Amino acid sequence: MSENSKPVDPSRREFVVKASAATSAAAIAPGVFLTAPASARPADQPVTGDKRWGILVDTNKCADNCNDCVTACETENGWGDSEPNSAPEQRTQWIRTVEIKNKSTGYAKTLPLMCQHCETAPCVDVCPTGASFRRDDGIVLVDKHICIGCRYCMMACPYKARSFIHEDLHDQKPWAPRGKGTVESCTMCVHRVDEGGTPACVEACSAENHNALIFGDLYDENSEISRELQKHDSVELRGDLGLNTGVRYRGI
Amino acid sequence: MKTALIYRETEGKSTGFWVLLGGLGAIMLLALGAVLHMEHSGHHVTGMSNQIVWGMPHVFAIFLIVAASGALNVASIGTVFGKPLYKPLGRLSGLLAIALLLGGLMVLVLDLGHPDRLIVAMTYYNFKSIFAWNIILYNGFLVITVVYLWFMMENKMNKHYPVAGFVAFIWRLILTTGTGSIFGWLVARQAYDAALMAPMFVIMSFAYGLAVFILVLMASYNWTNRPLGDAILYRLKNLLGVFIGAVLYFVFVYHTTNLYATEHHGIERFILLDGGIYTKLFWIGQIILGSLIPLFMLYHPTIGKSRPAIATAAALVIVGGFAQLYVILIGGQAYPLEIFPGYEVTSSFFDGGINSYSPSIWEITLGAGGIAFALLMVTIAVRVLRFLPETLADAAIDPHAAAKAD
Amino acid sequence: MGRILGLFILSLLWLPLPATADDMETLPFSNLSFPEPETHYSATQECVEPEEEMRKNHMNYILHQRDKTVHEGIRTRQHSLEECVNCHTAKDEQGEYIPVNAQDQFCSSCHTYASVSIDCFQCHATKPERSSTLHKVSGGAVHHSDQALTSNTLQIPAAEGKDK
Repeated sequence: MSENSKPVDPSRREFVVKASAATSAAAIAPGVFLTAPASARPADQPVTGDKRWGILVDTNKCADNCNDCVTACETENGWGDSEPNSAPEQRTQWIRTVEIKNKSTGYAKTLPLMCQHCETAPCVDVCPTGASFRRDDGIVLVDKHICIGCRYCMMACPYKARSFIHEDLHDQKPWAPRGKGTVESCTMCVHRVDEGGTPACVEACSAENHNALIFGDLYDENSEISRELQKHDSVELRGDLGLNTGVRYRGI
Repeated sequence: MKTALIYRETEGKSTGFWVLLGGLGAIMLLALGAVLHMEHSGHHVTGMSNQIVWGMPHVFAIFLIVAASGALNVASIGTVFGKPLYKPLGRLSGLLAIALLLGGLMVLVLDLGHPDRLIVAMTYYNFKSIFAWNIILYNGFLVITVVYLWFMMENKMNKHYPVAGFVAFIWRLILTTGTGSIFGWLVARQAYDAALMAPMFVIMSFAYGLAVFILVLMASYNWTNRPLGDAILYRLKNLLGVFIGAVLYFVFVYHTTNLYATEHHGIERFILLDGGIYTKLFWIGQIILGSLIPLFMLYHPTIGKSRPAIATAAALVIVGGFAQLYVILIGGQAYPLEIFPGYEVTSSFFDGGINSYSPSIWEITLGAGGIAFALLMVTIAVRVLRFLPETLADAAIDPHAAAKAD
Repeated sequence: MGRILGLFILSLLWLPLPATADDMETLPFSNLSFPEPETHYSATQECVEPEEEMRKNHMNYILHQRDKTVHEGIRTRQHSLEECVNCHTAKDEQGEYIPVNAQDQFCSSCHTYASVSIDCFQCHATKPERSSTLHKVSGGAVHHSDQALTSNTLQIPAAEGKDK
């Protein structure tokens, strides 16, 4: 399987030169590359632990009855209407809005709940094959190639973030493969993040000017998310479990 | 002087034998059909969901696996603890352990979302997962018990079987500790996350395993017209009583500990008081039918000496075992996760409420198939190899009876 | 009984077995034909790797790439499964894409013959959905949908030929 002895295709070399020129030219285009080059990683470089991706949810900015983040995730990753044969309890949900009401005071609030991308994720610990894993940059994923569908990670998740696919699927998005008999959860739109983008939920929330979701590199002191976390208090859900989640909440 | 014990295969020619084989085989075929259906359509045909993740198949599988470990107890008492009365039962004990374990593993594997990836499960290991350790422990248990049986059954190797028996004994304790830890190590759920789960499962294995063993023993001697003496049977039934009492003790400690902590009042209230089916299964199924009535029956001076009563008590223990596992497994998942303590929670993903579960016929059939497989394997094995002593009459095996007779 | 078995085994020797992958087209029992992709990878090469290499080892490229993509976030396009689908999916008379794993389509034409079932498309999309970045290298005509990536950044130039 050695490829080292192949001659380099001259048209390929020419392409790389042209593409680099084109890319640098495009970098001048306003708005497109302002933040991307710093976080866009070359496609053939592995992710490293230099970054840790996280999301800050400002629940004070979450409107009741708003489902923009959920809808955006459904469209992006293709799980919205993909399981017609499954009962409602069997249908996938990568992110959901949760209405909470304080039993003593009556204070009520809505907030989105998705995979918390814990540093010491219980789902990663319990997976017998290692299919549930944490990438070096903090995103917790399921390698569906080696998932055997035992659902132990679903038993272990303190946030009920994981879903099992109960039927044959069709028309999956190429950037979000998903199939029967495996477990899945929010990927923090890893396909977008790897190309310097932001998760669909965050993008949708900002597009509608709610700005309740902030995405960024938790290890970068100067990123927007880090500055916000330093300015105002935030909590992890079920913080007593000590999981050091990548998703933090303000306002609860 | 006591004559040497002869082990002999069962005759295996009667109508009853073929009816038994046919019946068990039919159940297995139905189970395989159920598996094909679940595998082909996907798990949407089952009652399991994203809220109740593990269902009936797991109740059956875990019962069989836990009972398998306990079934080997009888052999261990003979080998490791050197009780002569138990030694003739060693071979059947090993056989039953293997059969029950295989039945349980069969159900577990066939319920996977990707049973075709079993080879992946056996080659990719995450050693932080107790589930992965269990896979190694289960397979190791099979190998060790086969070796133990071989040493018991092969005259040349007889001198080695004490070592094998000891290894099997320790391995079995580790295995059942691992099975209990599957639940005990889950921090996420109110009903689990308890160190007590591991030893409780060990004690449960003693009770269930012995109950199954007693029933299989009585059936196999009754249906082959071989004598089964009171001496051994009464020892076994008394031991079963001890194990039932021990399980009750662990259940008592588990619930009283939980009841002392306010944070666990929700789950305790759910299981003990207003959980509907789970409360009924706990009190009526597990405690009354599964523990108190069998205890009474087994220790009663006259009832405890009647064979139908002993068999009924053992059967009730098994029923109680299923009830207990249903409450632990399903009840533990029915109660919602406490993500926001002190808050009422609702969502489109069924947060904050009691989750409902109704097992589908496919899951129950699969579970029954596991039991049928185990019993089928035992039925065929005792016909083909010399697992069962010709006689277990008092005069033949009880050292005290022999002394009295002289 | 032994003789019958021996005769049976002997008769198997009459079956022409492929010495190399190139013999596949001349085998009996096989009506191997599949829709050829409209584009070539480059002027000198039809596929991302030479044809014989792909016939023998395509599964190794796929397996290697999937681990790199999932675990390390390496999303080079040379051996990307999505790019395979982008090239090898055919269209029907109405101009709609036929799922690449359908009967008589590209994958099945060999896999049915070889009796090797694949479960890639239980999860992976069977039709192209976004622009291929391989066409920039091949110089061939565009053969896919024009729908752009949904992220706001430009498509990164593929680091062609640098896969290890």
